[in-house]
Order: sequence, then structure tokens, then C-alpha cells
Amino acid sequence: MAVRKVLKHSAWIAYKDLLEFSRSRMRLVMLILMPLFMMVMIGYMFPSGNTLKHTPVAIANLDEGYNNTSYGETFMAQLEMVNDKTDMMDLHKVDDYEAIKTRIQDGEVNGGIIIPANFSKALATGERGEITIITDQSNPQLSMTLQGILTATIDQMGTQKAMGTLNITYNVSMNSTMATIKPYKVQTRGIVPGNPNYFEFIAPGMMAMVVMMSLMTGLPHAISYEKDIGTMDGLLVAPISRLSIILGKVMAQTTLGMVQGLLILVLAMALFGVVVYGSILLVILLLLLIVFSFVGLGILITSFTDNEQTASMIMMTLMFPMMFMSGVFFPLQQMPWFMQYIARCLPLTYATSAMRKVVVLGADMPSIMTEVTILLVFGVVMLAIAVPMFKKAMSR
Amino acid sequence: MEEYAIETKELTKVFGDFVSVDHVSFKVRTGEVFGFLGPNGAGKTTTIRMLCTLSRPTEGSATVAGYDIVKQDGKVRENIGLVSEKMIMYDQLTARENLKIFGKLYDIPDDILKQRVDELLGLVRMEKWADNRIGTFSTGMKQRINVIRTLINRPKILFLDEPTLGLDPQSSREIRDIIQKINEENGTTIILTTHMMEEADRLSDRVAIIDKGKIVALDTPANLKKMVSGSDTTVLELDIPNLSEAIIAGLRSLPDVRAVSTTEETRIKVQAKGENAFDDIVDAVRKAGGKIRTVKNLEPTLEDVFLHITGREVREQVMDKVQERGHKHGPGPRAGSHSRGR
Repeated sequence: MAVRKVLKHSAWIAYKDLLEFSRSRMRLVMLILMPLFMMVMIGYMFPSGNTLKHTPVAIANLDEGYNNTSYGETFMAQLEMVNDKTDMMDLHKVDDYEAIKTRIQDGEVNGGIIIPANFSKALATGERGEITIITDQSNPQLSMTLQGILTATIDQMGTQKAMGTLNITYNVSMNSTMATIKPYKVQTRGIVPGNPNYFEFIAPGMMAMVVMMSLMTGLPHAISYEKDIGTMDGLLVAPISRLSIILGKVMAQTTLGMVQGLLILVLAMALFGVVVYGSILLVILLLLLIVFSFVGLGILITSFTDNEQTASMIMMTLMFPMMFMSGVFFPLQQMPWFMQYIARCLPLTYATSAMRKVVVLGADMPSIMTEVTILLVFGVVMLAIAVPMFKKAMSR
Repeated sequence: MEEYAIETKELTKVFGDFVSVDHVSFKVRTGEVFGFLGPNGAGKTTTIRMLCTLSRPTEGSATVAGYDIVKQDGKVRENIGLVSEKMIMYDQLTARENLKIFGKLYDIPDDILKQRVDELLGLVRMEKWADNRIGTFSTGMKQRINVIRTLINRPKILFLDEPTLGLDPQSSREIRDIIQKINEENGTTIILTTHMMEEADRLSDRVAIIDKGKIVALDTPANLKKMVSGSDTTVLELDIPNLSEAIIAGLRSLPDVRAVSTTEETRIKVQAKGENAFDDIVDAVRKAGGKIRTVKNLEPTLEDVFLHITGREVREQVMDKVQERGHKHGPGPRAGSHSRGR
């Protein structure tokens, strides 16, 4: 009976909150725009693999030739041919290393290639021709990618050259040249069909994050706002349980968070070609579990804050590490070891991981049991701390 | 029904090292209008918040409607209504929605609630605006809804913290009429804090004058005023066309003058003690070169009572609060009058 009353009162408070929300056109628009912005922004912002386009690269051909043949010229022509197909680079011819250096310093190019003076001589006399790649250390991410691409391209050009040489010089049939030079062939395959794309990587994490945010920022905000405008007194002076107030707010924020979370899923599927391989029902249940595990933390922050400003500050401090360290945007394995330890303490890490397994890998309940257990325990512990704190904070 | 709606015993609230309410004991009879009079920071609001269960007393105890405010806070809440300094309403919702949602928190069944909402809207003649959003209302209209919101659960005891602060004279009058009506027709006990002497005087059956966390006087307005007129205190209003600082300073230096305040540009109010007070005042004004046009012997007001007891005025400290509420309608009462206490 008492429980029913608490629930009934909280439903009315939730109804009130959502009604207020729906009356504000601006907030409605933001509810939809926020996930859309996040999706588009983050999806395109982070470099996804080797998708360089028109990266300016300086190339200096210092080759002096040998016996009237210039393998440097041949190499340049070949590189340009390859590049014409892929458009990865914009090649700028320069005179020497100094010119490349200046251009990198001026920010005109992102890297350089040097064909040394003895290039033709080395090749003609049975030695290996050396190519130097100059990187822009001020942009490590891009340098890495560029380095990878250039190495692969040049390597492939080398292979082709070798195949030609084998065929002509040793009369090996064209078909078996490849098997001679590169006897191993690598094939990559995922456990679900399709190529991985970055949206598939971030969408599950973002769903978890948006739901978390709605509770961690939305809840303290909703309550401190009512305190500031004075309406909280009206709720507190009514003969309802303090639990109804917080529960009502949780219900309203959960609704908004779920709407945003599912919106991200829909956007990811409709606009960015993300496919959910697991069950949608499991995705929704998982979102609700994330709500549960963060409710306590949200309430705890609420109990510590007496006005909106403090609430915002505390939330900002907590949110950023959570966002960036829990593997939503970057894989955990790329972080240094101590960051990985911190990440393992963040519940969002498990939320993201579970969500990713279900959405991308089509995992079912048993595969995400560890994550689910951790989230459940975290939620229970946080609530056990937060509820008494909140009750105390409300009767000052 | 209990004889006393409210009983407090040594009620105390301390914030840090500031004693806001200092061992206050009083009783409010069922059905009476009980006024709290005092400057800002005197502890009026804190007292009300404790009685409404919004704030826990540091020491002492109190019962409201027969229930302990700490141990039986739920029971207390069922029996009270509160108009606090900030309006308790949601701007994005309509008047009717606001009333309905608060009604729902009191578990009032739908049919009764609907009827009651209409009845209350009728009481303040706001039926026409029932489905408009609160945010579009003037301060006066908002306050009318805010007051009837507290009546949704038919409270036995109604707490009104500065219900007319920042309202225009007409809205203030309407709010006062409603308060009186509620008290007379429903027998609701009303606790009222106000800075308007006239309001406290007219509405309250008894007035408690509170200063620095302590009740310094508690009686009917008439009896309180007798404290001033019964003693040998004289309250004079002088109209001096060439009023100057020198005249005021001259008056202040008189041993029998308790307080001097300017009411209008050329008028001052003087409170003085002793048989020769009248002569001394007139002499002092003349000596400072002042020409007296008229002299009026004033009936003491509650303001004078406060002045008499504490030696300070209530009004000056109230002005910032009006600005704080800062609504678009109606300037604060007696804005622009500046006064000097001793």
C-alpha cells in the first residue's frame, strides 16, 4: 500500500516534469539535436583507419641516375599512378630535404618522401633502393597513418617490381611469382558479416553515455532547479515520501534518457549504416540497467549540491573522465596501463562494453553476464549510499 | 479539536554560528490569525520553515495541529498549507494543471479534486484564466493562484510568508480579502508574516513582534499599541517646509527623543518620551531655524510599537527583499521613503 502510494506520487511528479519539458520547444529540439550532433561530430571527427584523402605530401627526387637510366623517375611515375587511383595524397615536387623540412614547418605538407641520389645506382648494381619517409611529428596521429600508407604503397610497388624482375630474369611464370615472393596470404574476417566502421564502434558507447548523462546531469539539475525557483518547498511540504520526489525525477529523466539513447540507435541505423546484430530487446533492457546503475550516483550528486551552479561543476568534473576513459571513443587497449586500471573502475566502461558486444557482435545474455553483474552491484551499492544521504539532505 | 493549533517550546535554529531563532516559545489558538512582525533576518521565515517541517530545529520542539514537527512530520504536512516567499508554481503549466498536480500529491480523488479546483478558481475569480500558463500571468494573478494552491487540501493551518510582498495595492487588497475569507468561513488558523504594519494590524488577532530571533512582544494589535500610548510616549508628525539635516540632528540630540524618521519630503515623524516632549521638540525645531506648518499627534501604529521596543524601524530592512522578488508589477510599498532609526 505504502509502496503504491510512493509510486503514484512519483508518477505524478514525473508527469509534471515531462509536461513542463514538452511545453518548452527549445528543450524538445535540443533533445533530438543533441544525439544527432554527437553522432555526426564524433563519427567524423576521429580518423577511422586509413581513410586519408588529398593529404599534401612533398616529394624530393635526388636520384642522379645510372647509365642513363633513372629508376627514380620510374618510381615517381609509378607512385603518381597509384595515387591517381586512390587520391590519398597531393604530391608536391620539391628539390631537397631542406625544402621538405620548411614545408612541414610551414604546415603546407603533412609529410615527405626522399628518393636518394644513389637510388638508381643501388638498384642497377643489385642493391636495395632506399626510400626515406619524413614525418610531421607535430601530428602523430596523421604521421602514423601516412607512414603506414606510404610504407604499404611503396612495399607493394616493390613487390610488383620484384615480380617483373623474377618473370623476366629467371623466367618464372607470372602466376607463381607472387607465391615465390609472398608465400603467405592474409585474410581478415569478423564474426559477423560486413566491414567494421567507426560508427558501429561508437554508437553503443554513445547510447550508454547519453543514458548515463541524463541521470548524472539531468537529475541533479532537475532538483537543484526546483530548489532555486522555490517550487521544491511545495513538494516537500506535501504529505509525500521524499522517495517519491526523487523517484519521480528519476522516472522523468529516465524517459528522456531512453528517448535519446534509442534515438542514437535509430540514427546510427538509418543514417550511418549501423546494424544491430544482437536483440533490440536486450539493447533496451541493457539501457534500463545502465539507468539503474547510475541512479544512485545521480542522487548522490544531488544530495551534495545545494544550487544549480555547484551541481554543474561537480557533474563536469565527473563526466569528462567518464566520457573519455571508459572506451566510448577510444579502445581501452590503446590507453597506457594506469589509465586502463582507472577505466576498469568506471561503470560506464562495462556499460559500453556490454552494449558494444550486443550491438556489434550480436552477443546474448550469457556473454555479457560479467558486465551486467558489475553494473547491478554498482547500482545497488550506490543506491544504498545515496538514498539515506538524499533523505538527510532534504530535511535540513 | 485542539485548543492550540501550534505550540512551540524553546524552538531554536542555528546556522553555523548564527542563531536565527533563539529559544522561542509561543502558542497559536485554533482559528486565529497570528501575525509575525519583524525585520529581515529576524527569524520569521526560519520559524515558519521549521513549523512546516522544511527545516529541522536545532533545539526545542513544536507541535502543529497536535503533531510533533519532527517525529510526526508526515501528519503535520497533511494539515498545513504554505505560501512561501518564492511562488510555488510551475510557469510552463496552466493554473488548472498546477492545482491538479498539487492536489494529486494530497491523494484527493479525481471528482472531488475537479470540483475543488473549480471552486477555488471561482474564489479568486480566475476561471477565465484557468487554462492559461502561469508564466503569462501578472504577479498579482500568480499570487492568487499560489494562495488557492495551498487550499487544495483544505489545510487546518495555513502559513503565509509575506503574501503581499511586491504586489500592487489592488492585488494586495484582494489577497488580504481572501485570507480573511478563508479564516472566517473555514475556520482556518493562519500564520502570517508581513512587513506591512497595516496588514498585520488589520488581519491579525494577535501579533508577535520578533527581533534577532526572539519574540519581544506578543499581544493583540490594540494591546500592543497601548504599550506605546499608555506609556508617556508621544508620536508627532511635523510638517516643516524648510526641513534640513540640521533640524533632524537637533531633534536627535534631544535626550527625550527616541526616534526620528522622514515620512515625506517635508514631513518627519518623531517619537519622544516624557512630559515635556512636545515643547522640547517644537523648541528644537525653532532653534535650528525650522518653520513648523502643522503638528499632528499620531495614533501609534505597530511600526511605532516595534520602534518603541527595539529602537529600530522595520521598514528600512524590507526594501531589499522587495527588489529581490523583482516582479514586473507594482513598485514596493512606500518605495522611496527613506527612514532613519536611532
